[in-house]
Amino acid sequence: MTLHLAVALDGAGWHPAAWRADGARPDLLFTAGYWADLVVEAERGLLDWVTFEDSLAVQSTRHDSPDGRRDQVRGRLDAVLLASALAPLTTRIGLVPTTGVTHTEPFHVSIGIASLDHAARGRAGWRPRVSARPHEAAHFGRRTFPPIDPAGPTARRHIERLLREGVDFVEVVRRLWDSWEDDAEIRDTATGRFVDRDKLHPIDFRGEWFSVRGPSITPRSPQGRPLVTSLAHSALPYDFAARTSDVVYVTPRDADDAAAVVTEVRAAETAAGRTGPPLKIFADLEVYLGPPGRRARLDDLDGATHVSDAHVFEGTPEQLADLLLMWRASGVEGFRLRPGVLPHDLPAVTRGLVPELQARGVFRRAYETTGLRGRLGLPRPPSRYVTAS
Amino acid sequence: MTEQIHLAAHFPGVNNTTVWSDPRSGSQIDFGSFRHLAETAERGRFDFFFLAEGLRLREMKGRIHDLDVMGRPESLTVLAALSAVTTRLGLAATVNSTFNEPYEVARRLATLDHLSGGRAAWNVVTSWDAFTGENFRRGGYLAEADRYTRAKEFLQTARELWDTWADDAVTADPVRGEFLREGGVTPFRHTGRHFDIQGLFNVPRGPQGHPVIIQAGDSDEGREFAASSADVIFSRHGRPEEARTFYRDVKRRLAAYGRRPADLKIMPAVTYVLGDTEAEAAECAAEIRRAQVSPANAIVFLEGVWGRDMSFCDPDGPLPDVEPELGEGVSRGRAQFRGDRAATAAKWRAVAQEKNLTIRELVIEMSARQTFVGTAASVAEQMTSFVRTGAADGFVLVPHLTPGGLDELVDQVVPLLQEKGVYRADYTGTTLRDHLGLRSPVKETS
Repeated sequence: MTLHLAVALDGAGWHPAAWRADGARPDLLFTAGYWADLVVEAERGLLDWVTFEDSLAVQSTRHDSPDGRRDQVRGRLDAVLLASALAPLTTRIGLVPTTGVTHTEPFHVSIGIASLDHAARGRAGWRPRVSARPHEAAHFGRRTFPPIDPAGPTARRHIERLLREGVDFVEVVRRLWDSWEDDAEIRDTATGRFVDRDKLHPIDFRGEWFSVRGPSITPRSPQGRPLVTSLAHSALPYDFAARTSDVVYVTPRDADDAAAVVTEVRAAETAAGRTGPPLKIFADLEVYLGPPGRRARLDDLDGATHVSDAHVFEGTPEQLADLLLMWRASGVEGFRLRPGVLPHDLPAVTRGLVPELQARGVFRRAYETTGLRGRLGLPRPPSRYVTAS
Repeated sequence: MTEQIHLAAHFPGVNNTTVWSDPRSGSQIDFGSFRHLAETAERGRFDFFFLAEGLRLREMKGRIHDLDVMGRPESLTVLAALSAVTTRLGLAATVNSTFNEPYEVARRLATLDHLSGGRAAWNVVTSWDAFTGENFRRGGYLAEADRYTRAKEFLQTARELWDTWADDAVTADPVRGEFLREGGVTPFRHTGRHFDIQGLFNVPRGPQGHPVIIQAGDSDEGREFAASSADVIFSRHGRPEEARTFYRDVKRRLAAYGRRPADLKIMPAVTYVLGDTEAEAAECAAEIRRAQVSPANAIVFLEGVWGRDMSFCDPDGPLPDVEPELGEGVSRGRAQFRGDRAATAAKWRAVAQEKNLTIRELVIEMSARQTFVGTAASVAEQMTSFVRTGAADGFVLVPHLTPGGLDELVDQVVPLLQEKGVYRADYTGTTLRDHLGLRSPVKETS
């Protein structure tokens, strides 16, 4: 069975000094051509999908405010639009942008991702992201958030609330995706009717944070429901993923921890009463491929030891292949690799790791499907509003 | 220099003028349709490609309207995809200032400007109806009187955010380890009636500084807003006399804001029909009107004006003797009928009597807005004269077919305009501001 492999794109790479590495093109980070080169390379390597990071604040080494640093990459393009600009330049690779779910409207996000799925002909995914950051809230001025003290009970209640709001947000988005039945457009010249209005459904969602009437303005997209993915490090976000997502990215430290995380995620699914296909569990890894010492040299440039929320791998593509197969034996079904330095580590994945996995018979030699859900073996779901007639 | 015509393309999607029953009518949602129309517009050296917006499906008498094209993608997402398959064409998105927040809209437009290399435009529209608001967090809270105050403050705030990054803020110097230059990015703080926000914007200034601002309002307030803040007016005045009056009025208002007449381009929405002869074009135009106003659609139009159920009427029969309802009306989610219903109904009745028209014929008579009808040569002449006589700076063409609706015009009329020397033979710049001959925005001092 093929192993699933996604790559997370952000700036010049996941190391804060990546933009200073040889071959990085930091002056082009805000151009379409820079991203086109990366995604075309990822597609050349037959990867399942790429993700695009995003947030509604500048990057910061601090959780609660900007850090004022000018020696790291600051600034980002809107991820949905970036993914969309790459859609016509590719044909098979999945495009998975991040959007916030704390300060934006579910209606806008729903039609944005559905439109990406139309433009990419069934290759859109989405990563909803909750933000608890007070400075991000100040960019919208609608709510005041408490300061983040990870140890304190206030922060936990705050995050719990935001995650519950996020669950509602994703539910609204999913209902809007379903609000047009696939065959709602009839173009019946005999009666003059363009649509069958009985196949367009108000979603009538009413919750603590939203009431959204619907239906969507955007017809159901090629995948029906684009792939929903989320990042989770602990119990609360596991619950969020179990309630909202098709795929969860987790961050185990090693193979044993991966097995423990898988058990925790499965328990969260049961507790949430999840129905339908179980979560696909992907492990996030930050990767530095090639000769040893690369990461340390970048740390020197940055003036600090870079700490990642994910396990950091340093070594050869062969060693990475060993690790992936070992973790897979713990129940992880795929991986999202975060290249330490994009110009170096992305080609090392596509031209080093991928052939190694192919040689071991665990990775595809050609794309078998065009749609992103299909690549994971997930069916195209009918609209929930279809009634048996 | 001879006055130069500016052209833009409107994608004919959700609109009662789009003739979907024509066998040549394609998908209104498939990306291939958007691509075809955009590529045609770029082949014709158009200034920009324009997408309208709808945030709720239209309804008639409390049910989803099913006679017109329905369903559209999110504007900015489509335009971002089009930025990859075009190189010069401006990309204009309609984005509502009522159901959005400045930080997010400013960064999405700045993103489109980066991705397209300086081709982004924003058609700033307002909304106040609770009907559309039912799809959003805060609902339809905005009083009608507040829509322009919010729109103005929204645009002002977006400009403040775009201006917080200097053009040369990103130095990206790996040797010195300086990604941003000192003082290149400044914090923002906006305190006003509608927004009280502060922090740091997170997208560098786009190639155009500010995207091109388009405005479509026609009220006195809308005209002042455009005169103070817009680069382009997308007007509804496609008849020469009223267009000239509108043009003079708006251009006159510019001086009060320290702006030159050339700083604001006026581009009415227009349609066209071509034929090999004038008679053939006229016949074709009549056919299109009949396709646009089907028997069922004629009743819907009538109901829009009368503000009540008229389904008992025969579209091919005479206008019945019933009075209009003066209240809210029956149509929702589209440009509302906002005039004096009783007076309009009386006028319609008079025209029907005078010309002895059936309901459908009457609707065709009253609603048809075909601007340029004729041979390619005569349409080129009409367009030229329109611009030369001070009725417009150019046109937003609204074809009645998706996606091939501009093919004929670009193949037949554009070359004639180029021969006349009133239209560019090729793009001379790369950004939309270049195409429109607009000055770079001056930074607000904070």
